[in-house]
Amino acid sequence: MNLGKFPYCKKCNAWRVFAVLAIVLLALPFVTDALLGRGWVRIADFALLYIMLALGLNIVVGYAGLLDLGYVAFFAVGAYNYALLSSPQFGLHWPVWVVLPLGGLLAGFFGVLLGAPTLRLRGDYLAIVTLGFGEIIRIFLNNLNAPVNVTNGPQGISMIDPVQSGGISLGSTQQVFGITLPSVHLYYYLFLCFTLLVIFVSLRLENSRIGRAWMAIREDEVAAEAMGINTRNIKLLAFSMGATFGGLSGGLFAGFQGFISPESFSLTESVMILCMVVLGGMGNIGGVILGGVLLVLLPEALRNGAGPVQQWLFGKTLVDPESLRMLLFGLALVVVMLVRPAGLWPSTQRRRELSDDDDDVVKQELESVYGSSK
Amino acid sequence: MAPQNNSLLELSCVSKYFGGLAALSEVSLYIKRGEIYGLIGPNGAGKTTLFNIVTGLYRLDEGEFNFDGIAYAHCKPHVLAEAGIARTFQNIRLFANMSALENIMVGRHVRTHTGIWGALTRNVAARAEERAITQRARELLRFVGIDGPHQTLAKHLSYGEQRRLEIARALATDPKMLALDEPAAGMNATETESLKTLLQTIRNSGITVLLIEHDVKLILGLCDRIAVLDYGKKIAEGTPDEVRRNQTVIAAYLGGEAA
Ligand SMILES: Nc1ncnc2c1ncn2[C@@H]1O[C@H](COP(=O)(O)OP(=O)(O)OP(=O)(O)O)[C@@H](O)[C@H]1O
Ligand SMILES: [Mg+2]
Repeated sequence: MNLGKFPYCKKCNAWRVFAVLAIVLLALPFVTDALLGRGWVRIADFALLYIMLALGLNIVVGYAGLLDLGYVAFFAVGAYNYALLSSPQFGLHWPVWVVLPLGGLLAGFFGVLLGAPTLRLRGDYLAIVTLGFGEIIRIFLNNLNAPVNVTNGPQGISMIDPVQSGGISLGSTQQVFGITLPSVHLYYYLFLCFTLLVIFVSLRLENSRIGRAWMAIREDEVAAEAMGINTRNIKLLAFSMGATFGGLSGGLFAGFQGFISPESFSLTESVMILCMVVLGGMGNIGGVILGGVLLVLLPEALRNGAGPVQQWLFGKTLVDPESLRMLLFGLALVVVMLVRPAGLWPSTQRRRELSDDDDDVVKQELESVYGSSK
Repeated sequence: MAPQNNSLLELSCVSKYFGGLAALSEVSLYIKRGEIYGLIGPNGAGKTTLFNIVTGLYRLDEGEFNFDGIAYAHCKPHVLAEAGIARTFQNIRLFANMSALENIMVGRHVRTHTGIWGALTRNVAARAEERAITQRARELLRFVGIDGPHQTLAKHLSYGEQRRLEIARALATDPKMLALDEPAAGMNATETESLKTLLQTIRNSGITVLLIEHDVKLILGLCDRIAVLDYGKKIAEGTPDEVRRNQTVIAAYLGGEAA
């Protein structure tokens, strides 16, 4: 069948796309810096962080179909783990390659902890309970400054160590092969690496026995159970995998920002991340990435663009860009959901590269198993 | 009707209540290895409830049941699937947004082992297992007679194909017993005929079949033994001929339908 040739060509193309993409991604901070200014490189860094978060949530919501409204809690766990272990708060300065994985693990553990009581819940009820959990974590962090001061309460933790290892700190400008890389550029490349890792893990999981089990639960939990899927374990796995991604990006966020406070982990953040997943296209990695990029860039573009556009249209600034920003943003979301209810880039049916040339083997096996059929 | 030692599934005095309603009351029956066992009865007789109990979806209130010599009265569905009971549903419950092939691949879940690590590294064992899963799924798809592109989403298949896909998915779990809840519902005569052949082939491969069906002709022509339920009670059991002649059955079910 001509299907046999198809994957080969697809692979050539894939490599070409890959090469172009790699160049674009590598050059991006320099181009952005030159054209739009350093502030936009910082925004790109945040976009990468949010992509990681959205991909993590995508495992829970997109694959396993568990509506989690408290996802930012895991982001918080990762961030506070990093902040407490590498800042003057306790005078601890653990190496980053210990702290980051630990944050992921800890968040994964919290994923199981918060997931376990919700196993019997579905849909709206699950959303409400997870929302509660997200808030509980935030309130905990807010109040954990007395009687023993752990989190420093609403003041948050400052002077967090930047990501550094072997005397090289990403917090300051570095020279690499004669190229001067400012801190934001360095973080960009670090986040890019982690994002690629997260994409890789998502892809591998999606096309695996575990990924199929997640999707089966999403499609029909009762049928999945009856087909022998241990829904409890598989759901907990989804919660903890998603949470691990959240914890990892939380750690990176803390190192990047140098300062965190409970305010960064409000319900709005959870909703924002969920919007990225839903708007981009639930269950489709490409869509989720698109959603992440758009939802980080759009508000910024509106913030920077709304003023000049009004000047040009009316000759003066009628509405404060800052307040207009969220209005237009909300409008954009509504329009997208009306026009493309499945998201901007919904997951299409995946075509696996299956060769069709083993017909005879199949026939023989069939006969040996079931006797000659028909 | 003492249970024989070659029986695969044995129910003794199983009762299930929904509020005041006894959906099943003290039903005892046994199903022998390798037979096609029919379960008939008017609407609301408790047939599906019995299925739900032996597949772990409902907890029984009284009694017990053994499968392959082990008591499973309060086990979870996935435990029973692993023990070797696979089922289809009266209202088709496929994984609608997954491809036909993937639906069957999910059925292989319970007999395969690749975990997170295997999925991430795609090591030799994981790849071999994945290949085996795909291969088996394609065989089964062909076995139940669904041709054409395997990547069609389950929800886009025709009604008859969906019913057969459910059977294929159930077979993918390597069951000892296949429980089918009205597989011929909504099928036309030709489809029903090919379903009959399919079920016979499945039985000949050594899988015991438990069949709920309203199509009397199909059930009388196919089953080795039949139990008749009415208002949650077993009112008769025997070969198709015995059941056909049974006065209680005629009154409760066949007669009721003829009248
Ligand atoms: N989850 C439930 N909650 C309450 N009542 C139930 C439940 N499941 C079944 N019943 C009741 O139990 C009785 C038996 O239902 P069951 O579905 O087993 O019948 P059935 O023999 O499969 O009928 P049909 O031929 O219509 O499929 C019915 O009266 C039904 O309303
Ligand atoms: Mg029924």
